[in-house]
Amino acid sequence: MNTLHKGDPVSEGYEQSPSPTDVGFHIVSRRGLIVGAAAVAGAGLLAACGSDSTTASTTPATSGGGDTTTPTTGGSPDTTAAPSGDAVTVGINEAAGAGKVGDGIKAGLDATGVPYKGNFVDHNSFQDNITSYLQQPDDVFTWFAGYRMRFFAEKGLAGDLSDVWDNLPDFTEGFKTAATGNDGKQYLVPRSYYPWAVHYRKSVFADKGYAIPTNKDELIALATKMQADGLVPFAYANDGKWPVQGTFDILNMRLNGYQFHVDLLAGKEDWTQDKVKNVFAVWTSLLPFHQENPNGRTWQEAATALENKEAGMYYLGTFVSSNSTDQAYLDDLDFFTFPELDPAIGADALDAPIDGWMMAASPKNEAGAKALLTAVGGLDFSNAVNAVDNSAVPANDKFDVSKFTAIQKKSAELVGSAKNIAQFLDRDTSPDFVSNVIADAFAAFHTDPGSIDTILSDIETQKSQYL
Amino acid sequence: MEADLTVPVTTAAPPKGRRRRRRYSQLSRGDKVTLWLMAGIPTVIHVVFVWVPAFMTISLSFTKWDGLKLGTWKLVGFANYWAVFTVFDGKFFPALFNNVILLVFLSLCSIVGVLFAYLLDKNIRGSAIYQSVFYMPVVLSLAIVGFIWKGVMYSPGQGLFNVVLGRTAQGNQIDWVGNAEKIFTFHVPGLDTPLGLTKNFAALLVAMAWRHIGYVMVLYLAGLKSVDPALREAAAIDGCNEWQAFRQVVFPVMKPINVVVFVITVIEALRAFDIIVALKSPPGTKVLGVLVRDNLVGEGGGQVGLGSAYGVVLLVLCLVFIIWYLINNYRETDA
Amino acid sequence: MSAQLTVVKRPARRARYSRAFLYVFLTLMALLWLVPVFSAMYAALRPYSETQKYGIFSWPKSLTLQNFRDAWTQGQMTHTFKNTMFIVIPAIVLILFFSSTMAFAVSRYSWRFNVALLLLFTAGNLLPAQVLFQPLFQMFKHTPWPDILSDTNTGSLLGTKIAVIIVHVAFQTGFCTFVLSNYMKTIPKELGEAALVDGASTSRQFFQIIMPLCRPVLAALATLEFTWLYNDFFWAVVLINQGDQRPITSSIANLGGQFFSNDNLIAAASMIIAMPTLVVYLMLQRQFISGLTLGANKG
Repeated sequence: MNTLHKGDPVSEGYEQSPSPTDVGFHIVSRRGLIVGAAAVAGAGLLAACGSDSTTASTTPATSGGGDTTTPTTGGSPDTTAAPSGDAVTVGINEAAGAGKVGDGIKAGLDATGVPYKGNFVDHNSFQDNITSYLQQPDDVFTWFAGYRMRFFAEKGLAGDLSDVWDNLPDFTEGFKTAATGNDGKQYLVPRSYYPWAVHYRKSVFADKGYAIPTNKDELIALATKMQADGLVPFAYANDGKWPVQGTFDILNMRLNGYQFHVDLLAGKEDWTQDKVKNVFAVWTSLLPFHQENPNGRTWQEAATALENKEAGMYYLGTFVSSNSTDQAYLDDLDFFTFPELDPAIGADALDAPIDGWMMAASPKNEAGAKALLTAVGGLDFSNAVNAVDNSAVPANDKFDVSKFTAIQKKSAELVGSAKNIAQFLDRDTSPDFVSNVIADAFAAFHTDPGSIDTILSDIETQKSQYL
Repeated sequence: MEADLTVPVTTAAPPKGRRRRRRYSQLSRGDKVTLWLMAGIPTVIHVVFVWVPAFMTISLSFTKWDGLKLGTWKLVGFANYWAVFTVFDGKFFPALFNNVILLVFLSLCSIVGVLFAYLLDKNIRGSAIYQSVFYMPVVLSLAIVGFIWKGVMYSPGQGLFNVVLGRTAQGNQIDWVGNAEKIFTFHVPGLDTPLGLTKNFAALLVAMAWRHIGYVMVLYLAGLKSVDPALREAAAIDGCNEWQAFRQVVFPVMKPINVVVFVITVIEALRAFDIIVALKSPPGTKVLGVLVRDNLVGEGGGQVGLGSAYGVVLLVLCLVFIIWYLINNYRETDA
Repeated sequence: MSAQLTVVKRPARRARYSRAFLYVFLTLMALLWLVPVFSAMYAALRPYSETQKYGIFSWPKSLTLQNFRDAWTQGQMTHTFKNTMFIVIPAIVLILFFSSTMAFAVSRYSWRFNVALLLLFTAGNLLPAQVLFQPLFQMFKHTPWPDILSDTNTGSLLGTKIAVIIVHVAFQTGFCTFVLSNYMKTIPKELGEAALVDGASTSRQFFQIIMPLCRPVLAALATLEFTWLYNDFFWAVVLINQGDQRPITSSIANLGGQFFSNDNLIAAASMIIAMPTLVVYLMLQRQFISGLTLGANKG
């Protein structure tokens, strides 16, 4: 039974995981040229829509409202003015009216002008139930780049968007690669992304004269100094068993490089080899610089420790800011990429998950779905979303950088300067494997770091059941 | 608990002969039709939507399937069971042990629930309020149960326990929910890791007791209603003290309800998963129900065969336990 | 049973002391039970920004009902509550009816399949719900269902609230049959025999004699079933993929984000959502508390 998945094309797919010269590599440099070109881009989008196979009946509003960013929705909360029979059904992994993210997506969809009927579902249950959802999907739905997207494409549960991509001039090659399945066709239209980085308070660093570390020695020196100053160097949490996966990702990428990381998650590398053991050895040596007992702490409590100046740094996604509404703190919050640990490997890889849109394998309204997917790849969509929700960075390369918040700007720069982008551990491998094996193993490691050899050999034996 | 349930019927119970039930053959044709409908319709529904899927699950446990498309499963024989007991022995046996702990613990809680019901049935003032209070944990949704225990009671930095104990300072915190160190351990031959009760599972037991007691209380209260108050009065006249009256009069009369409480305790102990999942199943707190859930549903639920195998193992454990008990029980009363 | 016993109003002797002790004990226990609930309530009455920064058990800077207001509107509870009632009410009626008839048939009459049927129902109840999820899901998916008979247009049972009702009825009938049949055994047989002498049919016996006597346990079961079905999230979410068709439990889920969740808001939402179940309990509990005597067996 171990061999069942061997040779399965899915497991080969990892190599195409957002590959070198990846996502958003050219974001910053090219954006500068396009500032103010929104109108041009909009016109290009329109032309693209016109040349699509879209029939007039499914996109009546596109021709009328597509050249402006004004929403065409009616009064009903989740239905456009057009009759629902013609509307594209859209599954969205955010609840309606309960937060900025959902509101932003809704504003963006309204701005596309394509009649749609939104199916707003809270993020966690959407993700938990994706396998059953895909057996009765909406025409278009939200999902992530990474292993799972390619897996669904492989299984024939996602629609081929190659012809949509012919009309998506706003994305860099890196995003196109991230949207590509194992068969070389595109299955995703990217929406936004956010990076993982070391967060800190500028005021604390200024007061104490800390400098941003760029290599391991500086990192250790800084952490030691923080401890002497009564600070816990790193806030740390693992409630839900996913936050420390980010720490593993970055340590592995810093010590063994991006390609090894991807291969390890693909099941092609042995978890018991010395390279992996070294990651845990370094991790163990860094644990004294972290808050103790992370398993029982939520990331929100850890973020509060950073905010309350109990901790000096926190390695987490940029969503760390969502825990607070204190503007003074948010203005004080900054981040840097995790420092280099091995000069031979460098520090040019990081986690930056991409969210986007996919199409059902056989949508009821394919023409409408493709029109909508073309539109959400356009600038009008990104503008409308960003006006409501600027927590993530729009994937659209032509987005006006002057509209960025400071965090967005830094995120775009950080990701733009990275050579390799990973999607986060549970998006880069089978979620079965992560939730049933890795998550528990990492939690067990934090209970007893000394037992890591047993833990790793357990991972290696259990891996065969999932990959 | 079980020993208590088999207390011999005392003099207070009616003579056996009078309990004999109506014979089916004595009924008129119309009554027979009525009876067939009464039993038939629920049986059909129950069989079609519970037992047919159950047998499908048993079949699925011999396959490897991602749950996506019908017919894409591959037969793998007993490979999933082999995996459960060997590859995942480090998960299965600790989970099983946690279920055993839970069974013992919830049995004690059931006794407390019965006690609460008995006390609240004594015509006391404000009984409705006390009952509502004890029942409240049952009505609260899992979302808030998770928040209450994880965020409010056991939170390392701001939770009630650490606040009361003065252990909220950085580096001095007690990690109630996350600490998987074992309170005691023992070695089982053939297992790599020793079994034992983890500290955080002990902490979770408190949350489960909080919920279970109210549940048992409600069922028992309803049963106590059918105990003739005259019986208790008679017992009092006979000079029984409170405990004797309960043990020798109320408890035997309540025998069928005791069976209910016993069975639901076993069910709850073996099938438990919801509070643990609501607290995001911290390391060391897995029970079999959580393993079933993790492998069958959720984003990690892509291993239908393996998850089904876990489910079948759990089902067999439950069935063996309950069938053994029920058969013993019904043989006695139906004789 | 024991009709020969007579009620004697007997003044309690040691009673006063033990009564006082009883009240103290129950009150202490009740307070213990309430600590977690009140703590959560305290959090619900304060903004997240405050408890986040100063801790849940800090002195309040502001107490506000804003979380409750936000929970109500953002959770769209009026809408989801309707969905819940659409599922829960028919389901409970069917569950209690089917399990009463079933329990009546197996506990009041002797026929060949008695014990077997009871075992079937009791054992069905032991199956962890998730174990049945995959097969049930596929069964519903492949059962055509005219759109006109549901308020969704999925073409199959999958995605309809009817599917959720069916699952609940099938599952919970097992539990309720088991419980009810045990309670019915505590009802003296003389009652049925007396009715037989009167020439009452089976259905008359069921409706006019047994069912009224089962009021306490029916009330208890109705309370428990209401609580469970009302709080069900699992079946509603796996079987209904349209967010706007989902029950009130999804309102709570809707308030949590991908990463950040405002726990105080969620606590407020949970408090609101718990209200109907508590009301049901208070309404039905008089059916199963002392003070009323069973009485019928003396007649």
